Formats: sequence, C-alpha cells, structure tokens
Amino acid sequence: MQLTQVMLDSIKKVEATRPKRKGMDIPLFSPEEKEQLLAEFHPDYRKSGFVELKVGANAGGKAPVELARLLNGTSRVYKKNINLDKIDYECDVLIIGGGGAGASAAIEALNVGAKPIIITKLRMGDANTMMAQGGIQAADKANDSPARHYVDAFGGGHFSNKPELLSQMVLQAPEAIKWLNDLGVMFDKQPDGTMITTHGGGTTRKRMHACRDYTGAEIMRVLRDEVINRGIEIVDFVSAIELILDTDGKAVGAVLQNNETGEILIAKAKTVIITTGGAGRLHYQGFPTSNHYGATADGVVMAYRAGAKLMYPDTLQYHPTGVAFPPQIVGALVTEKVRSVGAQILNIDGEAFMNPLETRDIASSSIIRECTARNKGIPTPNGYGVWLDTPLIEEIHGEGAILQKIPAMFRMYDKFGIDMRKVPILIYPTLHYQNGGIEIDKDCMSTIENLYVAGEAAGGIHGSNRLMGNSMLDIIVFGRIAGRIAGEKAKSVKIKKFTLDFVDKYQQEVEKAGVGTGVASPMIFPTYTHGNDKIQKLPIDQ
Amino acid sequence: MEEMITVYLMGKPYSVPSNLTLMDAMEYAGYKHVRGCGCRAGFCGACATIYRIKGDTEIKFCLACQTQVVENMYVAKLPFFPTQKKIYDINQIKPTEEIMMQLYPEIYNCVGCNACTKACPQSLNVMQYIAYAQRGEYAKCAQESFDCVACGLCSARCPAQITHPMVSLLARRLYGKYLAPNTQHLDDRLAEIKSGKCEADVKEIMAKPLDEIKSIYNTNNKDKEK
Repeated sequence: MQLTQVMLDSIKKVEATRPKRKGMDIPLFSPEEKEQLLAEFHPDYRKSGFVELKVGANAGGKAPVELARLLNGTSRVYKKNINLDKIDYECDVLIIGGGGAGASAAIEALNVGAKPIIITKLRMGDANTMMAQGGIQAADKANDSPARHYVDAFGGGHFSNKPELLSQMVLQAPEAIKWLNDLGVMFDKQPDGTMITTHGGGTTRKRMHACRDYTGAEIMRVLRDEVINRGIEIVDFVSAIELILDTDGKAVGAVLQNNETGEILIAKAKTVIITTGGAGRLHYQGFPTSNHYGATADGVVMAYRAGAKLMYPDTLQYHPTGVAFPPQIVGALVTEKVRSVGAQILNIDGEAFMNPLETRDIASSSIIRECTARNKGIPTPNGYGVWLDTPLIEEIHGEGAILQKIPAMFRMYDKFGIDMRKVPILIYPTLHYQNGGIEIDKDCMSTIENLYVAGEAAGGIHGSNRLMGNSMLDIIVFGRIAGRIAGEKAKSVKIKKFTLDFVDKYQQEVEKAGVGTGVASPMIFPTYTHGNDKIQKLPIDQ
Repeated sequence: MEEMITVYLMGKPYSVPSNLTLMDAMEYAGYKHVRGCGCRAGFCGACATIYRIKGDTEIKFCLACQTQVVENMYVAKLPFFPTQKKIYDINQIKPTEEIMMQLYPEIYNCVGCNACTKACPQSLNVMQYIAYAQRGEYAKCAQESFDCVACGLCSARCPAQITHPMVSLLARRLYGKYLAPNTQHLDDRLAEIKSGKCEADVKEIMAKPLDEIKSIYNTNNKDKEK
C-alpha cells in the first residue's frame, strides 16, 4: 500500500527522534489531567451520541443512539403468529452464543449433569473471543496478588465495578488459567514453566498471559474442540431472534431462525444463558470497529425486550490502537501487546505525547485530542492517525522480536505491503468493547428468573472501563459459573405455558411513547455497501 | 475518483472499487453475508477463498477479508468444507506416536506434493508440520502450526485426504497439556487461594471506604512493576 508524502515525511521525523526515545520514561497523566481528557475528548461524554430510553427496565436512563434504535425497533416475531407448540430443540440449558463464554458454560453445564445446547448464528467459535490477541490477566506470580488485581481493575473501571462480580473474577483467575492449561492451551512460558507475562494498560504487575498474539484464537479453538469432544450439541448458522418466557415470567427458551432457509425453530429449555457478546457492529458514533461480524448486541436487545435490566449501557470502550491505514483494514485491532512490548505512540512530529500504557479510555482520549484539538495527527484517506512506533520493538528486543512476539500483527500489515519492522504503523481509536450490558448478580442471573448472562453481554464486572486481558478472563470465569449454576438450577425447574405476550406489550409501550423506529430487531447481521448507496434491493422471496 | 475494476464473484462479473477487500467487494456488489464471514481480521478462517486471475493457469488461495481485489479475478468463496474431526478424551490420551496413528492414520498417506503448504493463506509450512506429527514430534508440530486459522484450504487440496488443522490442533493440545513445562508459581497461587488467604485479602479491601481504596490504587500505581 502506497504511503502518502506527508506520511513519509513524518516517518523521517519518527526515525530522527527514535534513538533518544529508546528507554525513555514517559510519565503517566495526573489524575486531574485524566479527568479533563475524558470529559473533553472521550466519545462517551459526547451528548449527541446518546438518547434517553422511554420504555423498559432502564426507562429514564441513557443508551447509545444506535442501540436505542434497536431497543425501540420492531421484534422479528411481532404479529407473526409463531407456533410455540412445535418444539425443535429441547435441553436443560440453552446457550445462545458460541464464543468463549458459551463454550465454557456448555462444558460446565455438562459437568454438573445437565444437557446443554449451543445456538450460534455463525460457526462455533465465530466470536470476539477468536480475535482477542493480547492476553488474559491472572495474578499468579509471587510479586502479585488477587487483591492487587482487584484494585487495578477497580481503579481502571473508575471504581464503578460491581464488587461481588469483580472479586469473583480476580479470585478465580488463576484457576481459569489452570483449567485452560490443562485443556491444552499453549501459554507462552519460559523453559522452566514460568509464564511469560507482560503489562497491559492499567496493570501494576505484569500479569498478562499470552499465546503469542493469538491468545483468544488459541483459547477458542481449544474450547471448541473440547465442546465437540464432549458431545455437546451445536446448532450453527441459526440465530436466536426472541426469548420465550413462561406464564410465570421465567426464561424457558428462544425463537430461532435458520439464516439460509428462513425456517423458524423453537428451543425449549429449563434455563437459558445469553453469551452473545458485544455490539461493535452497531458502529456507535460512526466509529469503525475491531469487533466480529456478528457483534450486534442481539442478546442485550432480546433480554431487554423480555424485561431485563441493563447496567452501564452508555459506557463503551474505544481501543486506542485500531488500524487507521491502510483503508482495507481500518478499525481492525492492533493489539495492546504491541505497546506492552515497547512501541510508543507518536504525533506527526515524531513526539511521544503520552505514555503508551495509559488505560484504554485515557489513551483513546489522548489520541483523539492529538488529532483534533492539537491538530498533530497524520492525515489518512479516512481521517487521521498517530504513529505506533513498531521498529522500536526490534531496537529494544533485537531483530526477530516482532515475528516472535506479534506474528499476527506482522502478517496483517504484510498482506497489504506494510513491513512494520521497518516503518511505524498508523492507528486511531476503534470501537472495541461494551463495558456494560445485561445486569447480573453473583450467580450470573439477570433480573429475569432463569435467564443467565456471561461474557461481554453482561454488565457490571468492569465498571465503566475494562482493562486489557480482563475480558478473556471474564468470559472463562463467568462462563463457567453461569454453566454450573444454570445447570444445577435446571434440575428443579418446572416449566409453565410458553408465551410471547411480553413482545406485544413492549411494542405497544414503544408505540405509546412515540419512539418506535420500525427497524427489525435484533439486528443479527450488519448491512454494508461500502459506498454503493445507489444499489436498489428488494427481498428476493417476494 | 476511485478506480473501478471487474471481478467475477462465483463466475458472475461485477464492477467494484479497486481498493476494497474481496469481502467488502461482495457487499458492494449487493451480497449480505450469512456465512463465510467471521472476524473480518484474519483470525477465524471463515472466509477461505479460491481464485484465479483470468488467463492465468495458477489457482490461488486467500482469506477474503485480508485480500484486496484485482482486475479479472474469478472468485469462489468456500461456504463450507467437510473436514474430519476425531473424538477423544484429552485426559485419557497421551502424547505418544501411536495416538496420531489411531486418530489420524491418513497422515501417513502424505505423498509429499506440498499442495497444502501452497494453499495456506497464513504461509505456514503445512507439509512440514504434518511430517512432525507423523514422527510424534508434537512440540515442533505445535510451534510450526501455531498460527493456523483452520480455514481448511489445505484439506481441500490434499490428495491424501488429510485434515491438517485437526491434526495440528491435536498436536498443540497434547503439547500444551502434557509436554509444556509445568508452572510452579501457578500451583503455589492456587494453594494460597485454597487456604482462604487471598479471599480474606480481597474482602478486606472491599470492606474499606472508597477513599481508602482510591488511595491504595494510587499507591499501587506508584509501585508499578518495571
């Protein structure tokens, strides 16, 4: 890919300042500077990005405009006369979502003697988990402790995390690593077995465990293999389009739809676990995203319509280092590990304007400030970027370090003709994670009885900002908890008559409030035209 | 103004901007993906694709999300490829040469044609890692195959009908579970957690007033590991 002349000129400045920047200690922002940065530059503080919800358990609270459009949309089953009597799938624990949390939940539900089924709208393992590159946190070294992990994550989350969730996560983190290790996940280790751990933004001890920069992919492929080995039924290329409650208001299943044939299928279960992940593909405030194609908040939307309460739906994480150039992969993630191993963040003059390991919300705000208020970004075809000085990694660790430590990143750029060993790369914040989600208690149950939630779809664990490596941890720890508890609970559940009456009631309230948008909800898959907006289409079955 | 080029999607010509990836070009042409699309970042292997440039004899292989369109590309995105995954209990099997023979005996039918390696969009030395698997050298197989995204293009090309991604996954799990060195500090921490000490420490912090926790947070940050 051809770099512009402005980029080439700026690279010369980057190269000129590199010797002096090597080994330089760049101070962190003070608490006051951080607050100011967030208030002035973080997208969560942009009022036009949010709207007040008028209907549902969070009425009166804020949600991103794009999420509210779906929450105020039209259910795909509304007035469709769905026959709930013909049961296609029956199980103890219905797991909606085939990522890391869903796989962990399924294995543990099976371990307590329940029969799980996993529903996934793409393939098993098609999830943000697969894309998590940098690592998974756990306080398992002598100089570290779960208590320190707790404080790091609590501070990183601006002290708004739910303590009873966060404490479980940090206390069960070492066990999660052990579990994965014993399933055969290949963690990076020294020859004596010591885990190779690094910092992430906001950690005070090096507790980031990794599998090169394929950490999530390695974990996901092992979990998927284990799910198959354990004989767990997987229903793939089928989307959940609405939950089913019984007449007592308990979650008892879901209405499903085959993506390709359109067939409606009914799943009946004693308990339901939502593990549908995040919302990056809603492209809040027009941001590109690092997320999977399926990250459209389906679980959040379905649970909300059924009456569940959300927690912090208005706090999003913008990963500071999304690809800003080349245009083909704008928004794709450049793992935080690139900074963990030494790359600095630089402006057009080659100046290191911030410590590269600030927490993600601070780092993103600082980069946005550099490109907007300070006008020191590097222009790209899509906007701006700042440099991530990757050649510095090999200056620090020696030649070959990039291929050894971040091969996936090297490959991604190399495919578009950029050799990050030789030239720095351009990055800009990308929509990465929903910090909030469906509110859960310590047993992962939502405010709807027998509806459990784990993984990114759940809210509260990370407060209003998650630290790197705590989502890989969260999906394993809470996936397993949800699987165990929902599996045990299933043993005593008596299912009453199925109903979708709540859908009608919700739609009527939306209409009464005058906020209906008419969009089909949940979204299932985003629609992209890449500028071909003149294309006229009609559904082909009409 | 962006340059428009012609690509043949499933054999049918469409005019698309030349700067798009194959995945994006399909959407520009009006497709909405309901399979064959995953992470869109080169990690998941959902969009295995085969193409040929008009007039060229060579068949090429790629991930649709990681490949820019080229004039006169004839493209078939593989919706699915039937691979063979064997069922095993990871706690029962051992990292012996015999286990490969039992589960994936077809690897010994490899004819050395190297079509697998040529098909790999990750540029892995696929035939080499199969050779390691044949010899029970699981550590080498695990390292050599580590960046596999299981797109299945190697299997689609193999005349010996080997399911390479499943073979290497088995090798990696055997390595990770049985051959990689044990982590003593992890076991030590697990014992400490079992003793109840860690929980008591966390609870003690949780019980403190917020201002005090904030001050611990600031102190800890000053004592950050170098």
